[in-house]
Amino acid sequence: MAPINESSRQFVLLLRRCSVAQIIHVSRRQFIQSTGLGAVLVLGAQIGQNSIFTVARAQSVTSVQPNLFVSIDLDGTVTITCNRSEMGQGVRTGIPMILADELEADWSRVKIWQAPGDETKYDPAGKDGQNTDGSRSTRHHFEIMRELGASARNLLERAAAVEWDVDASEVYAKHHRLYHTSSGRSFDFGELVDAAANLTLLTEGDTSAPRLKHPSEWKYIGKDLPMVDNFDMSTGGAVYGADVPLPGMKIAVIARSPVYRGRVRSFNATEALQVSGVEQVIEIPAMADDTPTEFRALGGVAVIGTNTWSVMEGRSKLEIEWDDGPFTVHDSSTFDNALRESARRGGSVIRRRGDVDEALSTSDSIVESEYFVPYLVHTPMEPPVALVDATVRPVQVWAATQSPNETRQYVAEALGLEKTDVECHITLLGGSFGRKSKPDFACEAAILSEAVGAPVRVQWTREDEVRNGYYHAASAQYIKAGLDASGNVTAWHHSAAWPSMMALWAPDVKAASTLEAGLGLIDLPYNNIPNLQIETGEADAMIRVGWYRSVNNIQHAFATNCFVNELAVAAGKDPLEFMLGLIGDADEMDLTEDGVEEVWNYGDSIDDWPIMPKRLSNVLRTVAQKSGYGKQMADGHGLGLACHRSFHSYVAIAVHVVVRGNGSLHIPQVDVAIDCGRCVNPEGVRKQIEGAVVFGHTIARHGKITTSRGAVEQSNFHDYPLTRIGDTPLDVRVEIVDDYVHLRPCGVGEPGVPPYAPALANAIFSATGKRHRALPLTDDAISI
Amino acid sequence: MSSAGRKAIMVPLTVNGVSHEFDGDPNMPILWYLRDELGLAGTKFGCGMALCGACTVHIDGRAIRACVTPVSAADSKEVTTIEGLDPDGNHPVQRAWRSHNVPQCGYCQSGQIMQAASLLAENPDPSDEEVIDGMQGNICRCGTYQRIFAAVRTAASEV
Repeated sequence: MAPINESSRQFVLLLRRCSVAQIIHVSRRQFIQSTGLGAVLVLGAQIGQNSIFTVARAQSVTSVQPNLFVSIDLDGTVTITCNRSEMGQGVRTGIPMILADELEADWSRVKIWQAPGDETKYDPAGKDGQNTDGSRSTRHHFEIMRELGASARNLLERAAAVEWDVDASEVYAKHHRLYHTSSGRSFDFGELVDAAANLTLLTEGDTSAPRLKHPSEWKYIGKDLPMVDNFDMSTGGAVYGADVPLPGMKIAVIARSPVYRGRVRSFNATEALQVSGVEQVIEIPAMADDTPTEFRALGGVAVIGTNTWSVMEGRSKLEIEWDDGPFTVHDSSTFDNALRESARRGGSVIRRRGDVDEALSTSDSIVESEYFVPYLVHTPMEPPVALVDATVRPVQVWAATQSPNETRQYVAEALGLEKTDVECHITLLGGSFGRKSKPDFACEAAILSEAVGAPVRVQWTREDEVRNGYYHAASAQYIKAGLDASGNVTAWHHSAAWPSMMALWAPDVKAASTLEAGLGLIDLPYNNIPNLQIETGEADAMIRVGWYRSVNNIQHAFATNCFVNELAVAAGKDPLEFMLGLIGDADEMDLTEDGVEEVWNYGDSIDDWPIMPKRLSNVLRTVAQKSGYGKQMADGHGLGLACHRSFHSYVAIAVHVVVRGNGSLHIPQVDVAIDCGRCVNPEGVRKQIEGAVVFGHTIARHGKITTSRGAVEQSNFHDYPLTRIGDTPLDVRVEIVDDYVHLRPCGVGEPGVPPYAPALANAIFSATGKRHRALPLTDDAISI
Repeated sequence: MSSAGRKAIMVPLTVNGVSHEFDGDPNMPILWYLRDELGLAGTKFGCGMALCGACTVHIDGRAIRACVTPVSAADSKEVTTIEGLDPDGNHPVQRAWRSHNVPQCGYCQSGQIMQAASLLAENPDPSDEEVIDGMQGNICRCGTYQRIFAAVRTAASEV
């Protein structure tokens, strides 16, 4: 194994931060004492089924745990901790395979253990408190998981050296065994547990410090691995939020106000209580008027009983009179226009280059358009569900949650406890897309569990999920651009308005946030336009606005990619060459030159993850070539392009569409090119992109939430349809561009979504000559 | 009187080869009998209106939506859930699902697999259109349709 330049000092620091130190062959009390001195982190959990602290085993070694993320049993089984929530993005495969690679473990002998919520132990990168959100897991854990794996390998290498009485430099690990270079002797990992148990932490300056493998030595990173949960998921054995039973558990469903922040005025539960299996009906008080919504329980009337069907039946028999509160004014018939007007007004300039007014006044021609994207709701196949036992301390939460530590925080608040009084166990998530980062449903279960004195599972129905969600913000955008006589873009004036998710914390906020504007608006990629102005208008948040897979990138990518296509046509130029000309091939785009003082950049340093126009052009060229862009298309056929940078990744999509007379579509082929920097599991990336295309197709073709007198009008899949197998693209071809594979890993879960809808809209224009500037592009809209 | 409060009638049925006597309200959807009373949690709740297929199980080998089908409809019949499709989890459809690495979140896949198994039992050699028609009622929000389609085709070659 070739040594590479890695500072041993870094490793020692790492070990001090993450190691639970020595080894588990002493009593728990002794163990805690021994680690209290040398390590910041203390082991507080059992790994898998291994009762490593039981009295019976206290005097013998059963496993060695070099750090909180890896444990090795006597039989050689390696258990790797997954500290992130699995919601289909493949994180229980992708994160552990990084560690396993550096450990030189045999993947077939690796088990995955799901860590509970505890950011003091399971957030080794120290960046996001175990909140699985923002396509961050791989990019924030790549380095630390390598280091944790390498340090565990180092422990085994040193143990083997002791056993053979040779220098550690003569020992190397390969595929779950340790080898002595000259003699060829070897040990299985399991045979070294005892010896490793006698080793201590490395100290600074130790010549045996761990070193990372060279990328050429990687055995799993960059290779295709299937999901570790495939067997369970194909046999019904996978455990989701509603699959955990507790003795004495009650089940509850809750009637919530149809209008945001409405209150129960009165209710009659007489009939509900007559339903067999219904035991209690309890009101959950609404928040005080001056309490921000955040992730708190909305309040309502809960029906509690012995089985799910009974409480659903009981709920249907409740008579409730609601005090709707102030938000009945939230009505799509007026709100959508208010957004459009706000977008035209703009007001708050967030990026400025040159002088757009001057440039527009001297332009040869002006093009202006308005774009609209409605509210959307997450609709994971598993509606929100959580089980809480508030009768014990610490309180026990089992939840399908993206954010276990915020779950602990809000559950603790709901019960008047400290966060440390609450433990949160993470089940598999049956999809999420941002919904289950908001733990309101766990708060409801906690409140009810305390009220009835038993564990309570709160089950949301599909209607609850659609009507009482955290909605992707509706948005309007107005763009005006100038062209000179040669068809060059001289000015781009872009203004957008949407209700801000920040209203969850600051209810009166009307201004767009830096974070939201940072999602594809302020970082408008057309770097070669000499005069730019980007601004935002105000909007009222009169519903819970939350984040949804790829967030505001959806509307920003839609408007920018559609409008640039309009400009190309107006300029009489080929859209591909036109886009490439505007994006350019610069190494980096520096927004500070355009007066942007604070670039959110997905919460990461712009130095580590710069905005690189050349990478965007690269994926666009790639997808154009793969899709056969430029070839002659038959009547009714069209090919549309779009590209977008989000979560540091660069994605371009080409959609080939066939538009039929009735507005129905057939999509024979979709090509996608993604540059996500270092790619850990190409198979996982392909799956995320395939899924993102389908997710994007639902946004493009179906997604639309509307309100009437403050109440959401949709309720289930008949009026909020999702893409099905009959209308989905079935030939999605994913090209993982590896030109920048030496750079840091970038996000993958979300970046495939934003470019799809504009690519489809541009394809429809290519096929029909008709522009569509408002989503969704339903059959009716297209046939007009 | 509410439907859930009606007098209980004994319903004999078999679930995954085991005989049961259901003595609750026979209007209870099979989904909740399986999940809440028998502890067979592999069958999932997605919509409650037979719109998504997450709850798909078999009655006498044919796919039904358990969220809207009352227990009374299974009177003296054989119910098969994902847990009972194959004793080792190796039904050709399950094997195909794994070889195509179909699942993402996995939540809808029990229903998808039960639907596909029923489809292939009735039509061992479906055309592409028949596969699409047969799977049209099952939603996958993660968007695994391309792999579902390929897996059904693979399983069809083995059934």
